[in-house]
Amino acid sequence: MMRSLTISPDKCTGCLQCEMACSYENEGVFNPVKSRIKVFVFEQEGRHVPYTCTQCADAWCQNACPTEAIQINAQTGAKEVNEGLCVGCKVCTIACPFGTVNYNQATGKVIKCDLCGGDPACAKACPTQAITYQDANWTGYDKMRSWADKTNTQATAQA
Amino acid sequence: MRYVIIGAGPAGVVAAETLRKQDPKGEVILIGDEPEPAYSRMAIPYLLAEHIDERGTYLRHATDHFENLGIRQIHEKVTAVDGTGHTLTLQSGESINFDRLLIASGSRPVAPPIPGLDQPGVHHCWTLADARYIADYAKAGSKVVLMGAGFIGSIIMEALVERHVELTVLEMGDRMVPRMMDQTAGNLIKHWCIDHGVNVRTSTRVMEVKPDDTGIARLTLECEAAKPIQADLVVVATGVRPETRYLENSGVQIRQGVVVNDYLQTTLPDIYAAGDVCEALEWGTGNHAVHAIQPVAAETGRVAAMNMTGSNTLYAGSLQMNILDSIGLISTSYGQWQGVENGESSELLDEARFRYIKLQFEADRLVGAITLGMTEHVGVLRGLIQSRTRLGRWKEHLMKDPSRIMEAYLGATHSA
Amino acid sequence: MGWHKKVLRVNLTTGSCTPEPLNMEWAAEYLGQRGLATKYLLEEIDPKVDPLSPDNKMIFATGPLTGTAASTSARYSVITKGALTNAIACSNSGGYFGAELKFAGWDMIIFEGKAASPVYLHISDDHAELLPADDLWGKSVWETDEILHQRHQDPRLRISAIGVSGEKGVLYACIVNDLHRAAGRSGVGTVMGSKNLKAIAVRGTQGVQVKDPVRFMQAVGEKKQVLADNAVTGQGLPTYGTQVLMNVINEVGALPTNNARDVQFEGASNISGEAMHEPRGSENKPNLVTNQACFGCTIACGRISRVDKEHYTVKNRPEYWNASGGLEYEAAWSLGADTGVDDLDALTFANFVCNEQGYDPITFGATIAAAMELYEMGLITDEETGGIPLKFGSAEALTKMAELVGKAEGFGKTLGMGSKRLCEKYGHPELSMSVKGQEFPAYDPRGIQGMGLTYATSNRGACHLRSYTVASEILGIPEKTDPLATEGKAGLVKAFQDATAAVDSTGLCLFTTFAWSLDDFQPQVDAACEGEWTLERLSELGERIWNMERQFNMAAGFTGKDDTLPKRLRKEAAKTGPAKGKVNGLKVMLPEYYQLRGWDEKGVPTAETLQRLGL
Ligand SMILES: Cc1cc2nc3c(=O)[nH]c(=O)nc-3n(C[C@H](O)[C@H](O)[C@H](O)COP(=O)(O)OP(=O)(O)OC[C@H]3O[C@@H](n4cnc5c(N)ncnc54)[C@H](O)[C@@H]3O)c2cc1C
Ligand code: SF4
Repeated sequence: MMRSLTISPDKCTGCLQCEMACSYENEGVFNPVKSRIKVFVFEQEGRHVPYTCTQCADAWCQNACPTEAIQINAQTGAKEVNEGLCVGCKVCTIACPFGTVNYNQATGKVIKCDLCGGDPACAKACPTQAITYQDANWTGYDKMRSWADKTNTQATAQA
Repeated sequence: MRYVIIGAGPAGVVAAETLRKQDPKGEVILIGDEPEPAYSRMAIPYLLAEHIDERGTYLRHATDHFENLGIRQIHEKVTAVDGTGHTLTLQSGESINFDRLLIASGSRPVAPPIPGLDQPGVHHCWTLADARYIADYAKAGSKVVLMGAGFIGSIIMEALVERHVELTVLEMGDRMVPRMMDQTAGNLIKHWCIDHGVNVRTSTRVMEVKPDDTGIARLTLECEAAKPIQADLVVVATGVRPETRYLENSGVQIRQGVVVNDYLQTTLPDIYAAGDVCEALEWGTGNHAVHAIQPVAAETGRVAAMNMTGSNTLYAGSLQMNILDSIGLISTSYGQWQGVENGESSELLDEARFRYIKLQFEADRLVGAITLGMTEHVGVLRGLIQSRTRLGRWKEHLMKDPSRIMEAYLGATHSA
Repeated sequence: MGWHKKVLRVNLTTGSCTPEPLNMEWAAEYLGQRGLATKYLLEEIDPKVDPLSPDNKMIFATGPLTGTAASTSARYSVITKGALTNAIACSNSGGYFGAELKFAGWDMIIFEGKAASPVYLHISDDHAELLPADDLWGKSVWETDEILHQRHQDPRLRISAIGVSGEKGVLYACIVNDLHRAAGRSGVGTVMGSKNLKAIAVRGTQGVQVKDPVRFMQAVGEKKQVLADNAVTGQGLPTYGTQVLMNVINEVGALPTNNARDVQFEGASNISGEAMHEPRGSENKPNLVTNQACFGCTIACGRISRVDKEHYTVKNRPEYWNASGGLEYEAAWSLGADTGVDDLDALTFANFVCNEQGYDPITFGATIAAAMELYEMGLITDEETGGIPLKFGSAEALTKMAELVGKAEGFGKTLGMGSKRLCEKYGHPELSMSVKGQEFPAYDPRGIQGMGLTYATSNRGACHLRSYTVASEILGIPEKTDPLATEGKAGLVKAFQDATAAVDSTGLCLFTTFAWSLDDFQPQVDAACEGEWTLERLSELGERIWNMERQFNMAAGFTGKDDTLPKRLRKEAAKTGPAKGKVNGLKVMLPEYYQLRGWDEKGVPTAETLQRLGL
């Protein structure tokens, strides 16, 4: 069974430990700008929403990429950016309807969540279990998927 | 069942792979007239900038990729199609039958009717062959004139800047990327480029290109109401048009491009079209239009192939979307960025820092956007536009502060 | 490493923003934040300077661990000469601003001079510039925040600003960042206002690096676990916030009430952390909306609250219906117990206004409490207050005055002086519950003896955050001492003061010390910072800082005579509770404290002490 990142915004306190863990794991520095997971704050409602790639089955970013630079990790199901192949054209960043592929101006490549190869640092760092890594059949995830389907111009074939 | 595809660009390749997946037993033939393995035109700028070699432009990297999928490739030009007779003719004279045909021949560059554009030293930048030619002449310090500062022109500009040529950019329109950016954004991009040492001249019309007789350069460009400009190389990026010349007697209807219905089917039942060549439904407007961009090529290639194998897959329409990097200034445009009738818009502008965001709404839905200087979460603009998400109270937030787009998206779609 | 080794010097008079290298020799002796910035201040200004003159400087300082993955790595401090106290001021704040400053590549910003007209500082990584703020002048913190976010089109821009109170010279104005976190005490916001500096907006993309990342992450992970396993940092604070203390402190009879006339408050449970969880009001929802952490914090003691829409303070005023920074214990005490008001919504509203207009709720509450006492004595008249009876227990008096102080209008101008000047004005200086001009907070030294010595000797005026002996005397951390006894308190206070000064120089939060001792900081600091950071070095650092601050104050004109407490605490015995019949035993504790510090009987550090500490 594939596992996925499960997010419970109601548990999030906005500490950004996840962003720090992500940037450290992937870039070796403490720098939330380079985090692949982002926490959004709804000041007026007192709500914090961590947010990252859901590794959709039929990935927009992957389909849009002109150089095959976004590939599937067979073990985790994650769509990973192959930095050697990425030319930095950023088409994936405008193609992903969730806004979870971002361009890194410093390297000229794009970055996105790769589930840390199956042991996501954000989930480990979260002090309140707002982010967990568990079996993918979870309703919140489905909710996002179904929303994703609405955006679909890639045709979910119902033969 | 024999499927034949004309054109081995992204639309053709994605279609071939989808056909194989949908119909493991069918025969798939992919015909392209370029000698190289299937590649991606949009990677050419990065080749010119020497970030990658030619292999880096290939659409698929495994050398036996198509063989493994049992896709037969023919590197030859198709000269004619007989739609009702289900055959096509290759340049060699050989003819090939098909049960289903996909037209994915992309677009070809076009030049304005200016005398002298047909001489050596004047070149389009559309194919790998073009790129090699340009790379030979666009050496550090050489004088290069780029005609056209549209989307493709602007991308090529970036590559030429990286080659350290002495660059002049000429654009007939009054701003850069006029079909992607409004006046404000187009001018900001222009000023940014000028600030970064590129000589950009808008509202400039070239009258004639002549061999240069001073011995300083290869060519001289005569301009209307301006001093002549010398150049060793002129790169023409003044627009593209669907490559339909070989389809004249095919029987499929052609307007601007090959006309297709909501299933990407042409006016002949067994023939489909995808990518730059097709004139398909435009998302949100109900019109048909040509959208010559990479993501549309991949998406239409897929949907057309689905329909060719008999699964009834509606194409939701292509959304105009572009992202441009002009010497580090990143801009995007989406959908109906010009706005719609009875719509509303909101914008924030910070000229000094080259930041701009403009959103277009129809009632409480987002229908278009332009951004300048934003690199994070831009894709969500597409999500909101294309899913036709009703923003509800978030619309008011965005009217006040359009930069809160990510919050609006999460608020409107992930509310507790 | 840990440090960026870069300081931004902003000369407001000339309008220049100049980068300069961080003095690493000083960093080796003073680490960062509180210690290092105080060293800079002491070197760069005359301690006798008028705090509101252009010659005063103001330093925003991060610590080497600010912006790292260490828990509670949010902290920055503002160091200057305090407008309220005329003493060294060092106000510490969390939120996200400090870490962002670090991400932009700066260890500190030094402001000097005074701008000719209002300006704000915009920092985007290396790029820093002063921009006109004429249109922001007169706006609240909240409005400023909104306008700047829009202007720079960046939801992640972090902003620190003053409100109208700071512009208009309310002497206890604070600097508010991220809407409701504040460098709160001693009038640092007033200093900022006097410089015509409205706000600092920062966005950083450079990140922070540490010396030995692997060892650092290992240490950070272990210490986060220590916090999670501790009863206070793992349970009490996350569940109730600092408000966990309201009922506890009331029980032990150390909750100053009605301007410290009493030590217990009947209405305490109505304004406690527990009460914040209770459904109430028109929608039958609790005051508390959620917990909020500062950057990097795994404790999350911050509260986000809402005022009931039908409450008189906000009825038909939707601008106050949103969730915002809720009550911390000190604010709940000052606005509530000390004024005798037990209306939770009124307190929350007053707290919102403090954040909105940027002033310190502790000093404000204590000042209005003093005014209430003067009013009851007939010294302040209805005419002066604009017809509002300043009676103890009056929620309306509290909230109306909060709004007036925010805009420095009407009687708010008088209240804006703080209790010391107010009580002097009305001829009863003894009614000001302050030391060195600053009001003491929510722990009555008659019920918690160590806090008397804490207040009396605190370098920035009365304050609980200089040596929080409550931890030991009430909570038993690190070990339980008798709150009513004076024995051993001098040593306790000194040890807490030194450790706190070290902690305040790291970039981490003092609240970790419920679970952590310096032993827990040491491996994190050592893995992050260049050089070898042993436990000895850290403890000595704290003591050095303490003495340096003392030197600043002495040069500013303070003497041992200022190490005292309001007469009430020394002479009027507690009337109820466990401390009934007790006054504070400062007399006994102070000489012992001086001795332990290596100071003479007048409270002056001896030459030997200074030499030992390298001062
Ligand atoms: C320099 C450059 C930069 C670009 N940058 C971007 C960008 O940043 N973003 C973006 O979205 N798009 C960009 N594009 C556009 C993008 O490359 C095209 O939209 C995309 O390639 C279209 O794919 P396609 O498969 O429809 O057509 P093509 O890629 O054009 O492929 C069609 C193929 O069919 C072949 N063919 C044509 N006629 C025949 C025939 N008669 N017989 C046999 N074969 C034939 C052609 O030679 C070609 O190989 C760029 C294009 C260029 C040139
Ligand atoms: S930016 Fe990189 S990963 Fe994204 S589409 Fe372009 S080449 Fe592919």
